[in-house]
Amino acid sequence: MVVGASAAGLAAAETLRREGYEGTITLIGEEPHHPYDRPPLSKQILGGQWEADRVALRAPADLDALGLELRLGTAATGLDLAGRTVGLADGARVPYDGLVIATGVRPRRLPGDGGERAHVLRTLDDALALRDRLGPGRRLVVVGAGFLGAEAAAVARGLGMEVTLLEPAPVPLAPAVGEPVGRMLAEVHHDHGVALRTGVTVTEVADGGVRLADGTLVEADEVLVSIGSVPNTDWLEGSGLTVGDGLECDEYSAAAPGVYGAGDVARWHNPLFGTAMRIEHRTNATEQGMAVARNLLRPDERRPFAPVPYFWSDQYDLRIQAHGRLRGHEEIAVVEGALEERKFLAAYRCGDRVAGVLAVGMPPRTVRTWRQAVATRAAWRDAVGELVPEGA
Amino acid sequence: MRVEVDVPKCVASGQCVMIAPDVFDQREEDGIVVLLDEKPPAALHADVRESAVVCPAAAIRVVEE
Repeated sequence: MVVGASAAGLAAAETLRREGYEGTITLIGEEPHHPYDRPPLSKQILGGQWEADRVALRAPADLDALGLELRLGTAATGLDLAGRTVGLADGARVPYDGLVIATGVRPRRLPGDGGERAHVLRTLDDALALRDRLGPGRRLVVVGAGFLGAEAAAVARGLGMEVTLLEPAPVPLAPAVGEPVGRMLAEVHHDHGVALRTGVTVTEVADGGVRLADGTLVEADEVLVSIGSVPNTDWLEGSGLTVGDGLECDEYSAAAPGVYGAGDVARWHNPLFGTAMRIEHRTNATEQGMAVARNLLRPDERRPFAPVPYFWSDQYDLRIQAHGRLRGHEEIAVVEGALEERKFLAAYRCGDRVAGVLAVGMPPRTVRTWRQAVATRAAWRDAVGELVPEGA
Repeated sequence: MRVEVDVPKCVASGQCVMIAPDVFDQREEDGIVVLLDEKPPAALHADVRESAVVCPAAAIRVVEE
């Protein structure tokens, strides 16, 4: 049984079938839609370039061919580990032999964000609702300048809206990509006419806009709240599985014997970096879904899940691509191109190794070469040069 | 096996090139996928199927013939 019918859940179900499992595969999804792709929601769907059917992850015929027992529009509400059953919102209790938990995350909310002008952006329905409210001359306030908020701001500017981007940190995305890259992205938004305000805390969505911590109102016709997400683990409470920041899994991405976690919801130990991580990126969802399916099918030949994480983000005409682990870096070096030209590749150091790389506008071969440095745990000294002492 | 790529969907991640370099390449200027072999030999089929599943844009479709 696979709980969660998005990228990770679909990959798990598909891999089970592709690798010879002939038994029943039940795929449970809270949303009514067939599995669809989320990255285009804040890009082509919001911008109106794509209609909703374009985000389907598989052609209907390909999905049919998998022979899945699809239970869509039904959330899982409880797990009985000893009895090996999952309880559903419609009252059903469905038995399983092996279980993949891929229930994803939901948006964090703000007080007062239940009104008509307030939006979050996680599901296809969220994206379509927001798209209908975007238009030239209207005012959009985006709360939170992470990748999701930044992409939505870029799309809204492209549609001729007045866009204000509010961010509590002094530099947007600094923990994710480092201050120099965060500052460059801030300049890009400024150049495109976004009013980016950093160091401001929003306390609530109010009548006519959003309220800041100092009491002032920032006026808006529409508000997008993009302040991060919360793992969907509520239904696992009391199940005996360990839940902290996500479902806790080991290096095989197992949460218990015969129970695996995959995608945004799973926090697991990545042996390639020697640390626990939970990754909310598209590629990881698929790779982890595939990996847990294989470990579930072949318990005697289990392999640790040790990927090089990857993400990309499109903002205006820039495509940002990153491989590896950027969070927690101790040093950044621009090793190809130049930040000012907005064509560069930056390397991120953790300890004495190249832990991650981020590229904008670089040739694919160059990016792949540096990704390889991350995958092979290349020493910083060999790949980049001398270590810069802390604070230098 | 026949391979189809939906070029406008491609996000230039390069995952397919890393898995099946004899079947896929990337354009030098923007990293968008280039299909090198529409009917790859049997020895590459497993890698091509893996590429199709891994593609973060679901831009690769494998038609089994």
